[in-house]
Amino acid sequence: MNIAIGRHHEDASKRGWQYRLHLDAPLLFTLIGVCAYGLIVLYSAGGGSIEIVERQIVRLGIAFTGMFFVAQVPPRLLLRLTPWAFVTGVLFLLAVLIAGETSGGAQRWLDLYVVRFQPSEIMKLAVPMMIACYLADSRLPPNRWQLLASALMIAVPVLMIAKQPDLGTALLIASSGFFVVFLAGLQWRLLAFFSVLVAAAMPVIWHFMHDYQRQRVITLLNPESDPLGSGYHIIQSKIAIGSGGLFGKGWLNGTQSQLDFLPERSTDFIFAVLGEEFGFLGILLLFAFYAIIVVRSMMIAIQAQDTFTRLLAGSLSMTFCVYFIVNTGMVTGLLPVVGLPLPMISFGGTSIVTMMAGFGILMSIQTHRKLLAT
Amino acid sequence: MPTRLTLKDHLFESRLVMQRAIVLLVIAGFLCLTLFSRLLYLQVIAHEHYTTLSENNRVKLQPIPPNRGLIYDRNGILMAENLPSYRLEITPEQIVDMAVTLDALSAIIDIRPSDRMRFEQLVKRKPRFEAIPLLFHLSDEEVARFSVNRHRFPGVDITAGLARHYPLGQLAVHAIGYVGRIDEQALKDLDSSNYRGTTHSGKIGIEKTYESLLHGKVGLQQVETTAQGRVLRVLNRMAPESGRNLYLTLDSRVQRAAEAAFGDFSGSAIAIDPQNGHILAFVSLPTYDPNLFVNGIDYAAYAALKDNDHQPLFNRALRGQYPPGSTIKPFMGLAGLEQGVSTPHSKTYCPGFYTLPGKERKYRDWKRTGHGTVNLETAITQSCDVYFYDLALSLGIDNIHDYLEHFGFGRATGIDIVGELSGLLPSREWKRRRHDQPWFPGETIITGIGQGFFLVTPIQLAIAAAALANGGHILQPNIVYADQAANTSALVPYPSRLLENITISDQHHWDDVIEAMVGVVHGPRGTARAIGADSPYRIAGKTGTAQVYGLKQEEKYNAAEIDEKLRDHALFIAFAPVEQPRIAVAVIVENGGGGGSVAAPIARKIMDAYLLGKKP
Repeated sequence: MNIAIGRHHEDASKRGWQYRLHLDAPLLFTLIGVCAYGLIVLYSAGGGSIEIVERQIVRLGIAFTGMFFVAQVPPRLLLRLTPWAFVTGVLFLLAVLIAGETSGGAQRWLDLYVVRFQPSEIMKLAVPMMIACYLADSRLPPNRWQLLASALMIAVPVLMIAKQPDLGTALLIASSGFFVVFLAGLQWRLLAFFSVLVAAAMPVIWHFMHDYQRQRVITLLNPESDPLGSGYHIIQSKIAIGSGGLFGKGWLNGTQSQLDFLPERSTDFIFAVLGEEFGFLGILLLFAFYAIIVVRSMMIAIQAQDTFTRLLAGSLSMTFCVYFIVNTGMVTGLLPVVGLPLPMISFGGTSIVTMMAGFGILMSIQTHRKLLAT
Repeated sequence: MPTRLTLKDHLFESRLVMQRAIVLLVIAGFLCLTLFSRLLYLQVIAHEHYTTLSENNRVKLQPIPPNRGLIYDRNGILMAENLPSYRLEITPEQIVDMAVTLDALSAIIDIRPSDRMRFEQLVKRKPRFEAIPLLFHLSDEEVARFSVNRHRFPGVDITAGLARHYPLGQLAVHAIGYVGRIDEQALKDLDSSNYRGTTHSGKIGIEKTYESLLHGKVGLQQVETTAQGRVLRVLNRMAPESGRNLYLTLDSRVQRAAEAAFGDFSGSAIAIDPQNGHILAFVSLPTYDPNLFVNGIDYAAYAALKDNDHQPLFNRALRGQYPPGSTIKPFMGLAGLEQGVSTPHSKTYCPGFYTLPGKERKYRDWKRTGHGTVNLETAITQSCDVYFYDLALSLGIDNIHDYLEHFGFGRATGIDIVGELSGLLPSREWKRRRHDQPWFPGETIITGIGQGFFLVTPIQLAIAAAALANGGHILQPNIVYADQAANTSALVPYPSRLLENITISDQHHWDDVIEAMVGVVHGPRGTARAIGADSPYRIAGKTGTAQVYGLKQEEKYNAAEIDEKLRDHALFIAFAPVEQPRIAVAVIVENGGGGGSVAAPIARKIMDAYLLGKKP
């Protein structure tokens, strides 16, 4: 053990500060870059108020600190903690359903007297960790029983969160779980089979949806049907993005955003502010940041040294991908409005802390590698 | 060999995960491409379309109502102005509990239940960010009381606007009229685009006739608004064009003297400049305060005006139709002379009554004992009826109608105030048409003294008197002599309009009639000699008394008032100075009794006010 530690330290010193601090430079600087970009957009989206920017900086500070601490946790310890985290998360979700606080028509919050938090945030990390932990325990690809067990472990928290109801988060967690299973080598035949099954289940899902969720789907298909009601968000955000053009209207000059036509412009619809004020080129810049993050995360996944970290890293990076694709898809009118923030840009929420914790895990995976084969 | 197995599995699993990761990356890349094509569509291909939508979203056109033109009298005294008026407004979105706020407000400012109801209805209809007026025309005291307590009422504000005000109050209200809130009826007659933003329009009087001049042109401003419609800044402004100021021919001093001269009597008086048709005084009594109507008169006050037996809302000067009585005699005398039926020296014996040849019925003279032998001059000065019975019969109704028609009787004078009635100059043809009856000689006789079917309006009588004064020029009465663009000093005068020149076959005929009218005032036996005795200028006049039945009112039978209501109307027409007439007057005093004793003194006061500049 002592030897191992000594060698580890030796390796770390050889490979520089990134390994000493367990941080990944490309990922870290891109994240800082995209957050800075986000603050610029947020200043404008908040109507030129520095207060909202200050509050976001505080949040980001917490998130980056959280990321730093998570990055110090070696993956093996993480693996050992995983089942406990998962079980605790499910229990919290149960508590939310029984005694949660209602906010904005949804029961998502749990008041622990000290902090008020959404247990669903824990599950964003706990579910992929759990599935990765479970599947990495035996040979890949998983057999049918393992798949069934995985499906159960995904379905239970997802359904509990969907019940709150928080469709966006449920979708995100379901996909993070699915990514683990897919990376683990889910057979194509089975995938095709399940796809058909899901398609067939659509009407059933529709039946169980809340009215407002159905309304969102209907609105997506024909936003003009209710331009002042539920279609208003999409129509106004399309106008904002479309009127931005190639180069945008300029910072703080977006009429749609500055004049209140754009709803939720500092949170879920902040992408429309960016599109209006910085144009297509501004969006391109954002996507460049995102692409670097995703590609770098995937590289970490591929370079990872054991199956658990590989699966987990791959799932985390793809989940991040889902985040911004779903958000931009909904703001541009390609997807229904599911209420997911634009990662690193949207104001507020605990989600940024969770997301950065996810990047902390990625950095930990990258920087706790041992030089084995070389 | 578990280690080897694990190692082998490890390589396999590593490759498997890598493959799967690449698949996922490809899918993600494909999705990103879809997003990019969507963005290219929105931001490049459909950019123009969305730019237009965005412009439409934020820029709204807002009307700026013009300032209404002012109204001055002939001496530049303000008769209608726009005063700052304070309104109490509440913005509902800033109010936590409306009922509590209203209750607290009513503790400092009196809020009538009707105001509160109207306000609460508006709150439901208007957007919540829009300030809604609760009270209009706050008094200075109310403004002060609210200002002290203002900190207690966030969302409640006092705003200043302009409201029409008539500083002279009741004076000449029947000429000037008033403005009122634009209702649906008014909207139909107005150009809705020019009246965007305007809340009031002229309802009657000059305010209505000259509405298009007084109103001006609406201005527009392009404003940037939020999605809720709140104005952020003005992008572009096209100033409104204020309405034109009007200068009236009315002389408010003369008007005040005239209205005061009536005392408590109801009636009407018109004073006119016989040289140009300018109306100097336009009296219809009783009057009312037009300021009551500007922001909506309350029901009780309106009912009081409407149910008043003396009908203050009734414009007697234009719509009151009275028998001219003896005031028609100078015109009849002229008719006789000009038509060759009589001469100035033709004599008639007046025994106090007149009978048609072969008929029993006696047509009485007002003087039971008779005037004895009279000629034209004495018949006019003493107002002998029998002379004119005889003259009328000699002329015949057709000649009477045709000659009097020249003086404007029986048709509207064309004054620039809406609502004028035409009176009635009876004729054979009219009676057949109207009553399907032949004309009877007895009706000719009473027409000769201005009774029977004959009806005139005060304005007609004044125009006819002016024609006597100016030698036969029938002028269109004019109450506005000039207008003026706002903030300039140049006046654009309105020309006088001559409607008709009465042909005079012999100037002596006119001189004789006018001399006889001078005798009415200045002669020893004239019926109006009381006003002639101390007059510094010479007056030509004619008294008249009309039996009551002209004014068609839906009168209730009221025993206590029956006497007064049945009293005759007193009339008087006059002009002065005789040598160079500057003012012609027609006065009708309802139920006043005698023309010489009641109507003539009023006329004298009006003429004094104008000619001598006497204050009432």
